[in-house]
Amino acid sequence: MQVFQRTREAFLSGRTRPLEFRLQQLHALQKMITEKETEISTALKQDINRSQYDTPLLELIGIENEIKLAIEKLSDWAAPRPVEKNLLTISDEVYVQPEPLGVVLIIGAWNYPWSLTLQPLVGAIAAGNAAVVKPSELSECSSLLLRALLPRYVDKDLYPVVAGGVQETQELLRLRFDHVFYTGSSRVGKLVMEAAAHHLTPVTLELGGKSPCYIDKNSDVRIACRRVTWGKFVNCGQTCIAPDYILCEPCIQGQVVECIRQTLLEFYGADPKCSPDYGRIINQRHFNRILSLMEGYTPVVGGQSDSSQCYIAPTVLKDVPPHSRLMQEEIFGPVLPIVTVSDMDDAISFINEREKPLALYVFCSDKKAIKRMIEETTSGGVTVNDVMMHYTLSSLPFGGVGQSGVGCYHGKHTFDRLSHHRACLVRSLNMESVNLARYPPQDRRMSLHVTHTLLLHTDT
Amino acid sequence: MVCVEQPSAGERMNTHSEVVDRLRGAFQSGVTIPEEFRRTQLTMLRSMISDNEERILKALHQDLAKPKFEAILSEVEIVMNELHHAIANLSHWMKPDYVSKNLATKLDDCFVRREPLGVVLVIGPWNYPLQLLILPMVGAIAAGNCVIIKPSEVSFATECLIADLIPKYLPQDCYTVVRGGSEETKALLQNRFDHIFYTGSQTVARSIVQAASVHLTPVTLELGGKCPCLLYGRLNIVAAAHRLVWSKFFNAGQSCVAPDYVLCSTATRDALIPALKDVLESFYTTEPQKCPDVSRIVSLRHWTRLVELLGKTRGRIVLGGEHDQEDKYIAPTVVVDVAEDDALMAEEIFGPILPIITIESVEKSIAFVNRKEKPLALYVFSDESSVVKMVMENTSSGGFCSNDGIVHMTLPGLPFGGVGGSGWGNYHGRWGFETFSHRRACMLRGWALERLNGLRYPPYSEEKLKWLRWTTSAKNSCSMM
Repeated sequence: MQVFQRTREAFLSGRTRPLEFRLQQLHALQKMITEKETEISTALKQDINRSQYDTPLLELIGIENEIKLAIEKLSDWAAPRPVEKNLLTISDEVYVQPEPLGVVLIIGAWNYPWSLTLQPLVGAIAAGNAAVVKPSELSECSSLLLRALLPRYVDKDLYPVVAGGVQETQELLRLRFDHVFYTGSSRVGKLVMEAAAHHLTPVTLELGGKSPCYIDKNSDVRIACRRVTWGKFVNCGQTCIAPDYILCEPCIQGQVVECIRQTLLEFYGADPKCSPDYGRIINQRHFNRILSLMEGYTPVVGGQSDSSQCYIAPTVLKDVPPHSRLMQEEIFGPVLPIVTVSDMDDAISFINEREKPLALYVFCSDKKAIKRMIEETTSGGVTVNDVMMHYTLSSLPFGGVGQSGVGCYHGKHTFDRLSHHRACLVRSLNMESVNLARYPPQDRRMSLHVTHTLLLHTDT
Repeated sequence: MVCVEQPSAGERMNTHSEVVDRLRGAFQSGVTIPEEFRRTQLTMLRSMISDNEERILKALHQDLAKPKFEAILSEVEIVMNELHHAIANLSHWMKPDYVSKNLATKLDDCFVRREPLGVVLVIGPWNYPLQLLILPMVGAIAAGNCVIIKPSEVSFATECLIADLIPKYLPQDCYTVVRGGSEETKALLQNRFDHIFYTGSQTVARSIVQAASVHLTPVTLELGGKCPCLLYGRLNIVAAAHRLVWSKFFNAGQSCVAPDYVLCSTATRDALIPALKDVLESFYTTEPQKCPDVSRIVSLRHWTRLVELLGKTRGRIVLGGEHDQEDKYIAPTVVVDVAEDDALMAEEIFGPILPIITIESVEKSIAFVNRKEKPLALYVFSDESSVVKMVMENTSSGGFCSNDGIVHMTLPGLPFGGVGGSGWGNYHGRWGFETFSHRRACMLRGWALERLNGLRYPPYSEEKLKWLRWTTSAKNSCSMM
């Protein structure tokens, strides 16, 4: 592909190596976000009916903060990192030098089309790579806008935007990148990894799964439900770290339903369809998919839908059987099942019987119980007594484990993920006598061996 | 020591699934999680090595005619060192990392926990059959995983020994040795692992990643390639020759980080060859085949491959060249006048043959190196630090060492791994522990400040947004309240 050739040549020219260049590109990216916020909001409204307030909240502020952090810390991140020496290497320089990988492919997703393409791009630029950006075709307006905007601000040869659907992505994956960064479904993640295997290209896969949310009966159920309601229904449930389903004991199920109902009223009014703050499903296919998951169940809250608008009301279902369709796949929509468990142990078993999720949420006031829940389960990340917030702190690595993903990013973690950590030992040709102990023939070595061993194995 | 007859392929597939299930059950029971348990296993491994040093040396000698000294240095000591290091640092590695917070999370507990992945597979190669199997195992065990251990069948004596020893020192339910060749490995890879650690060739690596992608299993690939060795600028040729010969001909050149070929000017080459001759004689005498410090090629297949390369090369053999099929012996050999498209430059040599390519300038050498795959290691010999710096900054490789060879991989503080065609991921020391761990981000919040949370809830307003922007404009702030 021509674009790829040009990008590789641009990388090989060496212009991404100086930190000044990388900083300049990051500043330009910052400028784009600041100057074009209105256009970006409009595109998102057309793509997914995102409210104009949700856009800065959910995407732009996050990108801006990543850029600011990268600009501030770049010289620290890119500097050689000294490591422990031993007596044998005491006069040597021993360090790890982060280096760019080359040309990175970033495949974005449609649910947060700006942050899920630009946050990895920030790290790619900071690490000195070139990057081919492939936004999702499902968020069409955003994709078109990004294609128009990015080349006007950053180096268009180093960071081109490529449009297209499944076929174009498959063609891209046939090319040899130095890293492929994919955000999307586990199903496609497998295909991406398989395609990358041909060139032995390392990958980062930010996937999904069903993120469980356990509400303990002795917690502050009202506050828990407010936080869960926010996290579940923002972006109409189309968030990889949204609480997918609730686990709680039967004795509080009724209270949970009521609290959610009241919170929904407070957030979106009596008819969420009329609320400017409530989103829509991205397209007909996903709309149908989500509705079909609910077939045969009567919701206790919501349930209304309007296919002409891809509108599904915020919906809650109770007493959902663990083997129902609702519990088999990631919902990725505004439908919240409640599954009852007999106690926390039961909740832990339930979670561990299933694939490792991207996020785990626990609402509980007992420190010991929280500790046990964390220690006896695993997940990409955890937020206790809130939802999704671990995503927002850039010093925490964000990523999955098992089916929910490979690798992690955010802040310095993106820089590290998209760098090669080159082990460097800089010696001099002096002090050759020390080396005599390791050379043949044996009899000379054996006598000096003891000294050599001591020098080799003593850490300073 | 008796080597047991292997079961049939069909039997093996069932056996593999049973083994994986058994280890998964053990992992889920939580037995490998406590620090004490992990420390005990590492201590037992240490005893396994020290109790059986003689047997280990004997097996390595059977497989590769490994000289006792080389075996002690590159198989026993390096493993013991890694074990000491892991035992000493395990507590520290297992502690959660508390991370820097921002305004919004000031009252929260924010940390990263290291968690085991589950059941991991470690596949070892034949050239350092003990080191390259046990060193990854150390990281996997320290990280709290169960491990399926697959030694190379090519280094048969060592394979038998490992299969005999491991069950005597480590609990079978958590750490099992699986034996066999490529068919058995393919069958083993049908199972679902939580991480696969492979050391070997690119071709096999591709099929491993393909098998891993079915289950989204993360992998670490320690591959090879042609490690270039550049000699430029002012240089102490005698010291350089010593270090070059040592690193090239150690283990008869069968090291993934051995300098594969040399790049230097004609003048340097002319000074280098007599220096190499002197060093070779001082190390291996004038009759290397009789010298106990010279290793052998691991198998007839590899011996034939190398001898064919010597036949096909259009270069000129200036030192060595002798070979003996029955003994699987090839003399330490140096070849000059080698062109870029010579047979010796087509693939990783992995043997005691050192081509010297003459390129007058270091800049042209750098361009030469950059036309090829990124190597596992890159070496430069020079007394001029500007030359060293130029080579380092204008190339990429897994690791880099100036004025010596191989030793950079003996430091547990440095990550050992490749980049591009030479591999993916790394290990040694803490890096091994991290490779086999999941870093789980944890944020523990309280019930307070619900009013502050209100800033992020609908119904939205310009007012709320203004507040949000103000609070998040502080340094290192987070994206949303």
